Amino acid sequence: MINKKVDSVQEALQGVQDNMTFMFGGFGLSGIAENSIAELVKKNIKGLTCISNNAGVDDFGLGLLLHKKQVKKMISSYVGENAEFERQMLSGELDVELIPQGTLAERCRAAQAGFPAIYTPAGYGTEVAEGKETREFDGKMYVLEHAFKADFAFVKAWKGDAAGNLIFKGTARNFNPNMCGAAKITVAEVEELVPVGTLDPNQIHIPGIFVQRIFQGAKYEKRIEQRTVRQRG
Amino acid sequence: MLDKNGIAKRIAKEVQDGYYVNLGIGIPTLVANYVREDIEVEFQSENGVLGMGPFPFEGEEDADIINAGKQTITTLPGASFFDSAMSFSMIRGKHVDLTILGAMEVAENGDIANWKIPGKMVKGMGGAMDLVASAENIIVAMMHTNRAGASKLLKKCSLPLTGVGCVKKIVTNLAVLEVTEGGFKLLERAPGVSVEDIKNATEGKLIVEGDIPEMTL
Repeated sequence: MINKKVDSVQEALQGVQDNMTFMFGGFGLSGIAENSIAELVKKNIKGLTCISNNAGVDDFGLGLLLHKKQVKKMISSYVGENAEFERQMLSGELDVELIPQGTLAERCRAAQAGFPAIYTPAGYGTEVAEGKETREFDGKMYVLEHAFKADFAFVKAWKGDAAGNLIFKGTARNFNPNMCGAAKITVAEVEELVPVGTLDPNQIHIPGIFVQRIFQGAKYEKRIEQRTVRQRG
Repeated sequence: MLDKNGIAKRIAKEVQDGYYVNLGIGIPTLVANYVREDIEVEFQSENGVLGMGPFPFEGEEDADIINAGKQTITTLPGASFFDSAMSFSMIRGKHVDLTILGAMEVAENGDIANWKIPGKMVKGMGGAMDLVASAENIIVAMMHTNRAGASKLLKKCSLPLTGVGCVKKIVTNLAVLEVTEGGFKLLERAPGVSVEDIKNATEGKLIVEGDIPEMTL
C-alpha cells in the first residue's frame, strides 16, 4: 500500500503559491472541499485561477476566497447566488470565463485521462465558440476544447483510506471524481478516513492512484443552499 | 391564458411512458408535479442523479442530495448517482429522451437565448448549452412576452445565444407552437386566448393553418 495520508490540512496544502491554478470539486455548496478552502483563505495566497462549477455564496465556499480578493480568474459554468462575485466581475477586478457545464466536466476528465482536447457540440454557434477551432463530424458541428492544466485539485469525498481510495455520497460526487488526477497534485479531504482494507474494492469510485494526499477534514458544515421540503400527510 | 402551473401541466402531456427527462430550473421543474401516474418516467438532474423524487419531509433534508437548482430532494427506488462527466455523457450522448427548459428568447429558426443579458445578468449557462446542443427533443417553457410586454418569440434573438436551431416546441401562457422551416407554427391556443392575441404577442413569423384548437389540460 502506497501511503497518501497526511496528518493535517496544512501538510496537505504544502506547495500552494500565488498565481497558481486550482480545481475545486462541488456543485453549489454540495461536496466542496471545506477544509482546504478554509486553509487557503488563512494562507492568503493571491492571484489564483480557480476552476469550479460555481463560485460559492457570499460567505461560504469559494465566496470566502473571492471576499479576500485572492482570486484573479474564475472558470465556471454558473455563478449566480454571489453578490460580491458579481460586483468584482462587473467592475473588471475579476476575470471570468463562463463555459458549458458538460465542457467543464470533460476538460477535467480529459486532463485526468491524458487527452489534450476534446470535440463537443456544446456552445457551437455561440460566443463560447468564438476563436475556437470547429470541425464537422457526420454533418454536425463541434468545438475543440482543451484539457485543463492545473497545479492542485481540491476534492472532497465521503469516505477514503490511506491508499487514497475514495467513495462519494449522493450528489456531493459531482465534479470531484473528474478532477482527481486532473491536476499535478490532487488533495482529497474526506469525512471519514477509514483503515486500509475496510473499503470494499468493488465499491471504490476513485482508485488511490489519482490521489496524492488525503486527510480527514476536521469538521463539515455542509450548508444547504435551497432548503425545500414537503409537508407530511 | 395559462399561469406557470398551467404551462407545466400542458407540457406534462408531452411526457411519455419510458422517458428519461431533464427538467430545467423554473417552470420546467413544475412539470414533474403533473406527469400522469400510470406511466414510468425518470427525471435526471445534471448535477448527478437519475430517478429524482419529491422534496424531502421536513427534518429529512440531506445536504448531499440536491438537484441542479441546489434544492434538497429525495430519490425514488431505482435511482442512481454519478459524476458530472457521466451526467453529461447521458445528455450529450442523447440518452435523455426529453429536455424541458426555460428561455428569455426563441427565434423562428429554433435559436434559443437563456443565459446572459450583457452588462446586466451574467449568471452563466450551467448545463443549458450542453443540453440544447445534443437533445433531439427540446421543449421550451416560457411566458409568451417579457415583463415589459415585448414578444419573446422573435425573428432573430437579440441576446447572446445558448444554441442554434435546436428548439422544436414551445409552450407559453398563450399557445403551443412548433418550430418549422417557415417559422412558428401555431398548434394550440390556451383557454380563452384568440389567434389574434397570439399574433399580436409574436414578433417572429407565425404560421396559422386552419382552425386552431384550444388546448385541453
